[in-house]
Amino acid sequence: MSILDSKIPEGPLADKWTKHKNTINLVNPANKRNIDVIVVGTGLAGGSAAATLAELGYNVKTFCYQDSPRRAHSIAAQGGINAAKNYQGDGDSNYRLFYDTVKGGDYRSREANVYRLAEVSGNIIDQCVAQGVPFAREYGGLLDNRSFGGVLVSRTFYAKGQTGQQLLLGAYSAMNRQINRGKIQAFNRHEMLDLVKIDGKARGIIARNLVTGEIERHSAHAVVLATGGYGNVFFLSTNAMGSNVMAAWRAHRRGAFFANPCYTQIHPTCIPVSGDHQSKLTLMSESLRNDGRIWVPKRIEDAEAIRAGKLKPTQLSEEERDYYLERRYPAFGNLVPRDVASRAAKERCDAGFGVNKTGEAVYLDFAAAIQRYGKEKALTSGMHNPTPDQIRELGEKVIEDKYGNLFQMYEKIVDENPYKTPMMIYPAVHYTMGGLWVDYNLQTTVPGCYAAGEANFSDHGANRLGASALMQGLADGYFVLPYTIGDYLSHDIRTGKIPTDTPEFDQAEKDVRDRIEKLMGGSGEHSVDYYHKKLGKIMWNKCGMSRNEKDLKEAIGEIAALREDFWKNVKVPGEANSMNPELEKAGRVADFLELGELFAKDALDRNESCGGHFREESVEQDGEQKGEALRDDKNFKYVSAWEYKGEPKDAKLHKEDLVFENIELKTRSYK
Amino acid sequence: MGGLIKSSIARKVAMALSGLFLVFFLLQHFTINFTSIFSKDTFNELSHFMGTNPLVQFVLQPVLIFGVVFHFVMGFVLEIKNKNARAVKYAKYNGGANASWMSRNMIYSGLVVLAFLGLHFYDFWVPEMVHKYVEFAPEDSTRYYHELLLKFESPVRTGLYILSFVFLALHLWHGFASSFQSVGFNNKYSIGATKFAKAFSIVIPLGFIIVAIALHLTH
Amino acid sequence: MNLTLKIWRQKDATSKGAIVDYQVKGIEGDMSFLEMLDVLNEELITKGEEPVVFDHDCREGICGACSLQINGEPHGPDRLVTTCQLHMRKFNDGDTIYIEPFRAKAFPVVKDLMIDRSAFDRIQHAGGYISVNTSGNTIDANAIPVNKDDADESFEAATCIGCGACVAACKNASAMLFTSAKVSQFALLPQGQVEATDRVLAMVNQMDEEGFGNCTNTGACEIECPKGISLENIARMNREYLSASLKG
Repeated sequence: MSILDSKIPEGPLADKWTKHKNTINLVNPANKRNIDVIVVGTGLAGGSAAATLAELGYNVKTFCYQDSPRRAHSIAAQGGINAAKNYQGDGDSNYRLFYDTVKGGDYRSREANVYRLAEVSGNIIDQCVAQGVPFAREYGGLLDNRSFGGVLVSRTFYAKGQTGQQLLLGAYSAMNRQINRGKIQAFNRHEMLDLVKIDGKARGIIARNLVTGEIERHSAHAVVLATGGYGNVFFLSTNAMGSNVMAAWRAHRRGAFFANPCYTQIHPTCIPVSGDHQSKLTLMSESLRNDGRIWVPKRIEDAEAIRAGKLKPTQLSEEERDYYLERRYPAFGNLVPRDVASRAAKERCDAGFGVNKTGEAVYLDFAAAIQRYGKEKALTSGMHNPTPDQIRELGEKVIEDKYGNLFQMYEKIVDENPYKTPMMIYPAVHYTMGGLWVDYNLQTTVPGCYAAGEANFSDHGANRLGASALMQGLADGYFVLPYTIGDYLSHDIRTGKIPTDTPEFDQAEKDVRDRIEKLMGGSGEHSVDYYHKKLGKIMWNKCGMSRNEKDLKEAIGEIAALREDFWKNVKVPGEANSMNPELEKAGRVADFLELGELFAKDALDRNESCGGHFREESVEQDGEQKGEALRDDKNFKYVSAWEYKGEPKDAKLHKEDLVFENIELKTRSYK
Repeated sequence: MGGLIKSSIARKVAMALSGLFLVFFLLQHFTINFTSIFSKDTFNELSHFMGTNPLVQFVLQPVLIFGVVFHFVMGFVLEIKNKNARAVKYAKYNGGANASWMSRNMIYSGLVVLAFLGLHFYDFWVPEMVHKYVEFAPEDSTRYYHELLLKFESPVRTGLYILSFVFLALHLWHGFASSFQSVGFNNKYSIGATKFAKAFSIVIPLGFIIVAIALHLTH
Repeated sequence: MNLTLKIWRQKDATSKGAIVDYQVKGIEGDMSFLEMLDVLNEELITKGEEPVVFDHDCREGICGACSLQINGEPHGPDRLVTTCQLHMRKFNDGDTIYIEPFRAKAFPVVKDLMIDRSAFDRIQHAGGYISVNTSGNTIDANAIPVNKDDADESFEAATCIGCGACVAACKNASAMLFTSAKVSQFALLPQGQVEATDRVLAMVNQMDEEGFGNCTNTGACEIECPKGISLENIARMNREYLSASLKG
């Protein structure tokens, strides 16, 4: 029996959450006034949790490194948010959303958690509409839906290409209401540097005021970490520049287990890297694959000529193009799930068919869609014998209405007109399914320390479906955590205010100060970015879209060596006791240098291919699926939860076996 | 209601309404002036009416003066507040990239118009007041045209008037159309209204200029 | 390309700042403006100098963190982009570029090019929300039909990223476009009607207290707004405010 207790309630799947809510302890309103909760991170999960906890009556302190909660990276989510509303009457239900999510995650998530997610998904939409989130609507005034990859129904609610922004601003407005009431104290431009434990329970944090450099102590009866994912361990990702793993990693070092670090989502439709100066990558919504066809040249000479600038993609005839997704996956074609599309692009580019100067790009072509829509439009608007130019113009207009803002963004960045020449795309790190291990109540292995949103190991298993991240963040924050945390806090009604002048706080603060001093005291050979970029290269080349034992073992050694070099030779200019962005980065990269190693170790342990994790050793050997990912349910149907034991290589693995009572495990086939 | 006078939006609306009132006055003033270049008698008649009608003299005239004073005092108050809202100036400020010269320099065009008002009062209003309320000179309903002609004899004064009207046009070009936005009028009729305001801001000052030149040339 | 940069350097909020000249070499057209500054900073760090501090985060034009007054215009010469999406191909070899913080009394400088925009947050605290509990026990989302045009217009107003370019561009450092975008988002939705009067009064009052200037309808904010927020919102807020004042 594992020491991990997921605390999944007994009973039939559909009744678990209701039953659980009915039986857990509550805190009476008068007592809530005496209880403090710290929420670190103010994105969808943290913002919604903070607002709801404050509304319930707890005293909430929020922390974010940005200058305002409104800038959390949830804001960059484009596509939409899933909810099993079945407004379209196309047969959607809680069960279907649950099923799609578990299947999409390649059967590596907890049934009970995912079902609860599906169950509260409808409430999210009600809630957001009530607080004034301007979702897209139909002419009748009702909410509009669209469809996303990997599912058969239209259940995605959206606000053009800015759904994340609108939902975040909604959560932020709920926070504003509580800030105005004095129930939330917002500490912006503050970064959590350590978790403080007293008697084994999370009782506060040490934070650095990023403007003054002051080290502050904050106590609370519970700490919620909603600090997002760790995609920036790859240096280049679609995450924000500041996105980091520090809060989660600090909690990990204080006893919170880190689950499935190797589960990373690499998104297929991003704008390719243009050069060494590149600081981050930009995502183009997955919705583009509804109308774009993905291809590379059939002949390697043509690919070479294109890279040398001697040939234009529009000069190649249909026969000279390889629509490799349509070729390999006739059933799903360009709409295969993200992990499959990404690996296929890498396979072609590795084989030498890449189409930009770095050789790492494939085409996403809208010419066929423009023709199709153009003809359709000409027909419906009663044009007889339209000229090719007219058809093109009409078609471009339709495409513009659907994807105008994305096309404009592409043109600004790449300086090519995607209406006239195919877009170039390449996969990029986008989301991390791994994170802090939590039980059904979202509590980590440190009592009183909770994790929500992308920061926990989440409900997405080994691969997340489109439009599910926003759903999970808000579900955790609005509808799950406020209940489950009450159960824990009900034991704290007589505790009183937690003092910060205790030996535990002294020690934690001392640790933080020592670490800062050490960071500032490097020999000063290389900048923080130098190390971050090196780490990113190792991660991308050896722990990226496809992994093997040899590479992973090398990565573990290389990252450990790089970490040692970092601590000796990093150069952090300026002072510790004032605004110092280089120092902030140094602390974050130091933690990435530990996480990266654990990541590789986890990937090495998991000798199966599942979801975003592809092991070259584990592929189908024959039959229709030959060459595709081979999942190994017999040996790997578990969550890996790593316990900190000093160096990442010494981390101890605990397994939480995944039990599937309601879903039959099947091979994902998109052929 | 209490905070209304201090609120930025209320002040802005007050600027707009006083401005609109002055625009209306300009139209009336122009209409009377314009008669001077084709009918001396009509001009005299209208001037006599305006100069002697008690409603105009003791109700509308004070209201007008209040309107003018209010508009420029509030203009200064807002200008000072606005200048203070950016304590440290930009080393490089490319205002022309995003806003018209007229809109950015209302205070200067306004100051020129204000200076002109001084001259204009000195030329017409002060002698008129002295004539009527200090000397109690007998009213001669045909004196107005002659007095008017006399003023435009000097090419310098005529030039000053023309220059002032140019600045008036610049002031109106932004001010008139912008007042609609200030009072919250921005809808499908706005484009038409703005066109009208822009046309007005050219036509009326141009009319005043024509009158000035015509009167000057009559000598 | 090689460029001369004239950058505002200021140690902290209380110190006096000044423009300092820097040279950068080998800048490529594909770089974003911030990546060009990364190049400069990497060089400064190597030389042992303190890098230039500026706000930035998502680098894809949506978080609203990046600012910078570039050659006298917020977010530089390109339209409908934030600084992070401004690319160096908009400049020429040998150019001199002025880089200053967004200037307003209500946006004090924190360090170098980084400013404190918490005034915007306080305007939102004052009333930028609908007072509905987050329990989820609300009515079904489709029980509140909203006219599509209103919903779309509300969305357009809600796309404001709170970067402060409107204030930076305005010769009066006025925050009317920002405030009116939030007021409009709710004013256009049936859900926002209940508190409409209190909301506009509270938000405008807070805006005035923060020390922003007055709107004089120059329209600079609309031109420079990276999200193209329309001046119509200001007109709408003026209307809302007037009717609220008369009611209240």
